[in-house]
Amino acid sequence: MKNSALGRRIIACPYYVWAAIFIIVPLIMMVYYSITNPVGEFTIDNFLSLGKYSKAFLLSITYAVISTIITFLIAYPLSYAMTKLKISSQRMILMMVIFPMWMNFLIRTYSWISILANTGIINNFLVSLGFEPLKLINTPGAIILGMVYDFLPYMVLPIYTAMSKIDTSLLEASDDLGCNGWQKLKKVIFPLTLPGVVSGITMVFVPSVSTFYISQKLGGNKTMLIGDAIEYLFNIGPDHYNVASTLSLVLMVLILISMAIMNRFTDETDEGVII
Amino acid sequence: MKRILSIILTFCMICSLCVVLSGCGYTYAELDLRGEYTKEYAGTTLNVYNWGEYISDGSDDSIDTVKEFEHLTGIRVNYTTFDSNETMYSQIKNGGVSYDVIIPSDYMIERLINEDMLLKLDTSKLTNLDLIDNKYKGLYFDEKDEFTVAYCVGMVGLIYNTKKVKQTPDSWNILWDKKYKDDILMFNNPRDAFAIAQFMLGQDLNSTNKSDWDKAAVLLKKQKKYLQSYVMDEVYGKMETGEAALAPYYAGDFLTMYENNEDLAFVYPKEGTNIFVDSACIPKNAQNYEAALMFINFLLEPDIALANAEYIGYASPNTSVVNNPDYYYYGNEILYPNEANTPKTQYFHDIDNEIRNYYENLWIDVKLY
Repeated sequence: MKNSALGRRIIACPYYVWAAIFIIVPLIMMVYYSITNPVGEFTIDNFLSLGKYSKAFLLSITYAVISTIITFLIAYPLSYAMTKLKISSQRMILMMVIFPMWMNFLIRTYSWISILANTGIINNFLVSLGFEPLKLINTPGAIILGMVYDFLPYMVLPIYTAMSKIDTSLLEASDDLGCNGWQKLKKVIFPLTLPGVVSGITMVFVPSVSTFYISQKLGGNKTMLIGDAIEYLFNIGPDHYNVASTLSLVLMVLILISMAIMNRFTDETDEGVII
Repeated sequence: MKRILSIILTFCMICSLCVVLSGCGYTYAELDLRGEYTKEYAGTTLNVYNWGEYISDGSDDSIDTVKEFEHLTGIRVNYTTFDSNETMYSQIKNGGVSYDVIIPSDYMIERLINEDMLLKLDTSKLTNLDLIDNKYKGLYFDEKDEFTVAYCVGMVGLIYNTKKVKQTPDSWNILWDKKYKDDILMFNNPRDAFAIAQFMLGQDLNSTNKSDWDKAAVLLKKQKKYLQSYVMDEVYGKMETGEAALAPYYAGDFLTMYENNEDLAFVYPKEGTNIFVDSACIPKNAQNYEAALMFINFLLEPDIALANAEYIGYASPNTSVVNNPDYYYYGNEILYPNEANTPKTQYFHDIDNEIRNYYENLWIDVKLY
């Protein structure tokens, strides 16, 4: 008994070292940077200067919420429809959802530029048909489209997993007991897939709220989301590391709060919950 | 069937091998050299630190500068590149690696000299120094020509697409023209973007007066609603495909874009423009001073300077290149405008930390506007 506990501890050892070096130490450094100035003196000025970034925070959260809602509205019916198909077709569709993830995400974002650009595929097609070209690129819509496209698989996978685990006898029972379609969805299917939904929402919301590359490429560098601000500050030099760390810290706290709220919707014992 | 397939595959492999091997062979050019290059330092290593894609490297039958130098002197050249002056600076400052020859820009050289990080050049060894145009001697960062030898010169100008912009622009204010809404590109870095606004306002680019920067920021905010996007390297694609109509960028880079899209044209706006000079110098912690001097002298050789000027596409400060009728850009009015067409120019200077932090923060305000 004792031996196996020791063995387990030894096996887990590399993980603890890993976690210490790559998670704990960077976190401590981030907190340290966020409460000091470039000379290393303790200060709260960094937090006081956050006011000017409120617009960036607001935009990031708005875009992230919108793209999370859209991915959910696409993923949920898709997952439901998938479970009604033959196993082989389910695999096929799942494959198609995952397939884009095999390509580098920078390339996927770049391809959207050539699709949406003023001289891009869509507009060239419209112009050749004699229509006026549309302004698609460098708009909030383009940024949200990029987020939805890039993060959709993270919503589909957990919901589909939860959905496919539903015991069909429960659905039959609800039919027998006189549920109509809407009631069946509301009282049976949705509660059973809730853990999947919660982890899907978390997995889409967290990367969307902190993204920077998508907004730069599809927004023409004109919108500064919170991720863009952090990237800019870290790029221009060590004098700005402190404010950048403060921004990262606040962003992290925001994400933790939203995850805590999300997790309240599910039982803690349920599978599929993140953290 | 299998046999035929294997024969075809073997054939393909042999062919591709031939291509690869033929690509490897570099034939040394017959150089007509002015200076003397002895094998005195053969076997030593020379660390050269330069901008990326900033030296002729033998591609497209050009001269491979580094290989030619190694062949001539027996010195092993360890050539590395940087992508910004600031990266170069932190490498030199933090030590670790020592470099023998570096080629940074004007304002960074000013900082390096102020911080006593450069060695004086022994000009008696630089026998080709007379080839440098007097215009590029005694520049503000090295008035006595003690530390630097000019390597490349460039100016920012206005690139426009003649299909979309009918009249010839002569001022930066066309970048604020609502007629071209969503067709205008702008620099995506604070210093270059502010410089354009500062020219519009008639300010000094190196102003230490914060209210000057505030005014420039107001102007940049006003411009934002007309912009298609803020770009750096993406400017090539966007101008070449006609995605955008107007963009400020470097003259040398315009010539590259022009090769791919002949609808493009270039002007130097009347308010003036930013000029930069990248110069070769030797850092204090250099390990191979004599070989470094030899390399700098080698860069000035007419044949080598010509190859580099043609490869890089920026203006050369070397008179033997500028006056060579065989030079690809010989008499090019954009790279070498005559007296009458030479725009008013201002150099960037090394700006002190407080002002730099100030405008870097203003840039965030512009982006969040």
